[in-house]
Amino acid sequence: MSVSTKKSPNQRRSRPELIFGDLWAFDPAPETADPKLKSRYDLFINGRFVAPKKAAYFTSINPGNEQPLAEIALAGAADVDDAYQAAARAFPAWSKLPGAERGKYLYRLARLLQDRAREFAVAETLDGGKPIKEARDFDVPMAAAHFFYHAGWADKLAYAFPGAKVAPHGVVGQVIPWNFPLLMLAWKIAPALAAGNTVVLKPAETTSITALKFAEILQEAGLPPGVVNIVAGAGGTGAAVVAHPLAAKVAFTGSTAVGKSIMRSLAGSGKKLTLELGGKAANIVFDDAPLDQAVEGIVNGIFFNQGHVCCAGSRLLVQEGIADAVLTRLKLRVRQLRVGDPLDKNTDIGAINSKAQLDKIRTLVAAGVKEGADLFQPACSLPPKGWYFRPTLFSGVQQSHRIAREEIFGPVLSILTFRTVDEAVEKANNTAYGLSAGVWTDKGSRILKMSTELKAGVVWANTYNKFDPASPFGGYKESGFGREGGKQGLADYVKLS
Amino acid sequence: MTRLPITKTPKVYVGGAFIRSESGRTFPLKAASGEFIGHIPQCTRKDLRNAVEAAAKAGPGWAKRTAYNRGQILYRLAEMIEARTGELTSALMAGGTPKAAAAREVAASVDRLVHYAGWTDKYEQVLGTVNPVAAPYFNFTVTEPMGVVGLLAPDEAPLLALVSLFAPVITCGNTVVAHASEAQPLPAVVLGEMLATSDLPGGVVNLLTGFRKELVPTFATHAHLRAVAGVASAADRKTIETGAADSVKRVRLLPAEAPVDWFEHAQQGLYAIRDFVEFKTTWHPVGA
Repeated sequence: MSVSTKKSPNQRRSRPELIFGDLWAFDPAPETADPKLKSRYDLFINGRFVAPKKAAYFTSINPGNEQPLAEIALAGAADVDDAYQAAARAFPAWSKLPGAERGKYLYRLARLLQDRAREFAVAETLDGGKPIKEARDFDVPMAAAHFFYHAGWADKLAYAFPGAKVAPHGVVGQVIPWNFPLLMLAWKIAPALAAGNTVVLKPAETTSITALKFAEILQEAGLPPGVVNIVAGAGGTGAAVVAHPLAAKVAFTGSTAVGKSIMRSLAGSGKKLTLELGGKAANIVFDDAPLDQAVEGIVNGIFFNQGHVCCAGSRLLVQEGIADAVLTRLKLRVRQLRVGDPLDKNTDIGAINSKAQLDKIRTLVAAGVKEGADLFQPACSLPPKGWYFRPTLFSGVQQSHRIAREEIFGPVLSILTFRTVDEAVEKANNTAYGLSAGVWTDKGSRILKMSTELKAGVVWANTYNKFDPASPFGGYKESGFGREGGKQGLADYVKLS
Repeated sequence: MTRLPITKTPKVYVGGAFIRSESGRTFPLKAASGEFIGHIPQCTRKDLRNAVEAAAKAGPGWAKRTAYNRGQILYRLAEMIEARTGELTSALMAGGTPKAAAAREVAASVDRLVHYAGWTDKYEQVLGTVNPVAAPYFNFTVTEPMGVVGLLAPDEAPLLALVSLFAPVITCGNTVVAHASEAQPLPAVVLGEMLATSDLPGGVVNLLTGFRKELVPTFATHAHLRAVAGVASAADRKTIETGAADSVKRVRLLPAEAPVDWFEHAQQGLYAIRDFVEFKTTWHPVGA
């Protein structure tokens, strides 16, 4: 470590390294709760599970071991049409239901999800590859919290939009990604239902299981048939959901490229649209930051959910004077991360969601090496089967490098340096994205200055990757438009007049 | 001997200056009565790009003005229009609006600006929030302007609609490049002179005249326009919404096929402002 001066308390000598993880093997600690999977999941249309008209099924794979988990019905255009017809039939009664009664259904959904939380957490981890501790402590409880939060809005819409008459849009088409399958479902369905819309939702191709398990909860809750319809499938199904003429509004979370193509396909249609797209967030560390906390925040910012996070802090901007100290601490910390079986309760970094995503990460990491950045990966062992990628740090990254510009959506951190506040702002905003940013400093006025200057929808100051149903989430620029969560998110599901 | 009056050369207000089109192109404008009025600048895509540049340059300064100051400037604009009601009324009458209706339109435009002058230091208190998150964090959401907004004004109520479109946009700190009604550009030309004398910094509102079909593709694709709003035909909506996808631009277009009554109170208010803000949420731990 190359620190010897006494300029700042953060430049003090590094402490001795204690790498327990390398010294002995941990015993496996697998979560054993039963995920209660069915061998085959049908589409959920008009309150019933129905086979797809073309009788086509695809297999959902466990990315942790590449074993098949279940067969999932592939919805064709005719199935999507059935779902929309059901949603349109359900809309008049659902939207006219007193808000307090609609709210009760949402409260039921929250409660039923809490009842089956562990089962859903295991299913989520098996299907998506995320560490069980994240599915158990974040995804599932946060999904339930979203239903609980929005339940309370259903009879209070007039308070949210003073001076306006509030009405639902009608049938809403929603397409969600594979990184937080159940949570994204909750972000989409809860505000839509609270406002009186009905829903056709398509989960991501690789992670349909918790959405279709959630359909069981919709039945248990006695939700009127057609209010929520779930159609599984790949891009073709998604295109049918987006294009259907009965969709009054479309909400999409996913890549910026697909978001743009949806914008083009909806041009001139008059449909409402919200998009939550990609990001390349700057996580900015000033030289007065509390370094131990900052390092934890940097690790959480990029390695949470294997880095499959649109708001991941994938560009670390470190003030030059502490760059070596931060990198040293980061390397030490990263070597202690446990990569492996997502079901193991000690796992920090689980499986990459799909082979395709793993290939994309490898391609971009290779580009980083080729463009001259310095690669660091800990020598941790990886399971023999399954799609895994070591936590990766790139230092010496230039703004022109692909790994500084493109969303990698994996456990790969690009580290750049800056000298002044203005340079930090300039570099942080030098991206087409604008979803989120992080700021680490002890100086309050600087936090507020940075928060004002950063072109991003969410700014985490001295923290990172925090979420809450009451906290609006969404992007500037090419990270999309619209918000999810809070009063601001609710606004995207109502028509005001 | 009767005195020959001095006629005014129509110029458009861009970047705080009065310009003719960079192309030198004009088109003749005649009054509804058939009388020749003047040669209106036929602004080009290049003029539009220049206007966007002027608006982008003016943006940060305008956004940093205090809300109180923005309110006073909007009110000052209302004062300037009120004082020159006669000239604007004549401009509207030249386009065929009867005198009483023209006077009513000018008065409504003034009132609309006064309405928004009062919003500048209040919309944040209604739209922004402090969010009760379930963890020890102070979490708050504030609005920010989007940046440069492109506006397409309709032919109906060529003054009132234009004012109704740009007022909420500048209320919350954005800057504007607006294309005036193609059929009735004169009120916008006259309005530029009031913008210039209202304490509104140059470049905050930029007005272009000319042919819509020449300008729509650039409104659609110019990446520095963060939003496009106003009134557009079905074909123009499709062009703009398609082009907007390249930079994920916000589009808020009303259909020209369903004309709105710009005099209605529903055409003003908080939610017109909300259409042109971004919401930014900041988290900070609460602790010692």
